[in-house]
Amino acid sequence: MKQLEFESLYASFWDEIETFLSNQNEKSDHNKKNQIVLFPKDYRRLCQQLAIAKSRRYSRDLIIRLNRLVQLGYERLYKASSLKNRGIIEFLAYGFPATLRANKSFLWVSTFVFVVPLLLMMLAVIINDQLIYSLIAAGDVRGMESMYDPSLNKLGRERQADSDLFMFGFYIYNNIGIAFKCFATGIFAGLGSLFVLAFNGLYIGAISGHLTALGFTETFYPFVIGHGSFELTAIIFSGAAGLRLGFALVDPGKYSRTTALQIAAKDAIKIMYGVFIMLLIAAFIEAFWSSSSTLSNGIKYSVGTLLWLLVIYYCFWFAPQRVSTYRHATQ
Amino acid sequence: MKLDTITLVETPEGIDLQAELVGIVPRTLAYIIDLIIRIAIMLVLAILLAFAGEAGAGVFLIAFFLLEWWYPVVYEVFRDGQTPGKKAFNIKVISDDLTPVRFGASLTRNLLRTADIFPSMYLVGGIAIASTQRFQRLGDIAAGTLVVYCREDSKTSSELGDMIPVPPMHSLNEEQQQAFINFTLNKGQISNARQQEIADILRPILPDKISSPDDYVRGVGKWLLGTASKLK
Repeated sequence: MKQLEFESLYASFWDEIETFLSNQNEKSDHNKKNQIVLFPKDYRRLCQQLAIAKSRRYSRDLIIRLNRLVQLGYERLYKASSLKNRGIIEFLAYGFPATLRANKSFLWVSTFVFVVPLLLMMLAVIINDQLIYSLIAAGDVRGMESMYDPSLNKLGRERQADSDLFMFGFYIYNNIGIAFKCFATGIFAGLGSLFVLAFNGLYIGAISGHLTALGFTETFYPFVIGHGSFELTAIIFSGAAGLRLGFALVDPGKYSRTTALQIAAKDAIKIMYGVFIMLLIAAFIEAFWSSSSTLSNGIKYSVGTLLWLLVIYYCFWFAPQRVSTYRHATQ
Repeated sequence: MKLDTITLVETPEGIDLQAELVGIVPRTLAYIIDLIIRIAIMLVLAILLAFAGEAGAGVFLIAFFLLEWWYPVVYEVFRDGQTPGKKAFNIKVISDDLTPVRFGASLTRNLLRTADIFPSMYLVGGIAIASTQRFQRLGDIAAGTLVVYCREDSKTSSELGDMIPVPPMHSLNEEQQQAFINFTLNKGQISNARQQEIADILRPILPDKISSPDDYVRGVGKWLLGTASKLK
């Protein structure tokens, strides 16, 4: 077949496909629905025509045009849609807990590396108060003390003038940034995540020990228990996500290191979606609830305990059947 | 190891799609443009929010967080893989199967920026780009993304209307035909002197009588391209 014959035979087909591919978003048209159903078939025809045109060495502009159409069609047909189809709500209900439960070993390591330094440092500082200065500068320690002075009407703040909104912004910027970095540096064989976890464990342990030794327990613990349920768990989760990345490089198993890393990253980023949401909630609680001095400690302890139980129940025990179904459906 | 800036991806239909990878220099420049844009936004916000006191500072910190972590993600997902800096250099982020980049992959590559920046000035990322075949930093490797040049719609022969098609005076093999055609289509992209220089290289395979080889080569190229689009 001569090129011109070939072109005149399919010209209207190409024009049709081109208009279909160039306006993406109008779904209402009835014709269009028909076209969507037929599209995979049309696309394969197009591919075949391109292959014919190439093998017959038809002119370059024809091949370029067909190539462009194939490329647009390929993007349309194979563009993966992950969360869009299954919905954000469904992901938060089942997807996030499913990912956590599938990565339990990393969660255990991450918890261990965070909690053990925390408890040891706390104990050490209670026994010998001077130890806190090996980790935190004296000025910062004074600042911490002034935050939990029982005579204050806003807790957890160095200056009384700091508004709730300012602290909200600060927690978002600071805490979510730490979690993101804790995750990302895990790619260095997990070392970065381990460091961030252990360092934050030591830091929090030192402050808790110091304030306990000072006798500020009636202000400090009611302050941290509420948002701690989301914040401390989220930091541990981000560390686990980072360890998942790092471990894929250390022990890729049956895959190449690149493939293992990509598989791990797909899982780990799902943990990070949840971590992000959890830290938003934590920042909100910390800025608008924990800092209040009008709420009694009894309320803060009971709500805080409830939040801890809820978070742990949601992450590890909620709807086991549906969660594992979700996991299998999205793997 | 073959070094090439073209990467080929075979579709399930057996068609090879190709993309041209972007090296470290345009990527760095694009990053610097984005950095300047972000700093400019922060400065404007800082001035405006200075009047809003403590609450303003809180909003500023949230904006800072969004610009630091989410600015590239939002552009890559909703603006076809292009931040303003990338757009300026006509480059974009794309999945390594050449489909548009997805939210998860974009977030992965941008969170892992922290690792690529390490210890400073993108040292790790730079080494990774220089030592991987498809110029990927760690974030790209983990997310399965590439940075490529945007497709350009190539010139068609109808745009070369002022040239007179010349039938070739001798037989040309396939490779030579391709070379002639490409030479014709590249008109305007290279200087006249360079065109003559390239045409001179072809002299051994041209007929002896030709006075200006570049016109002859171009004419033959035009002839080889045919006149299909004119007759439509």
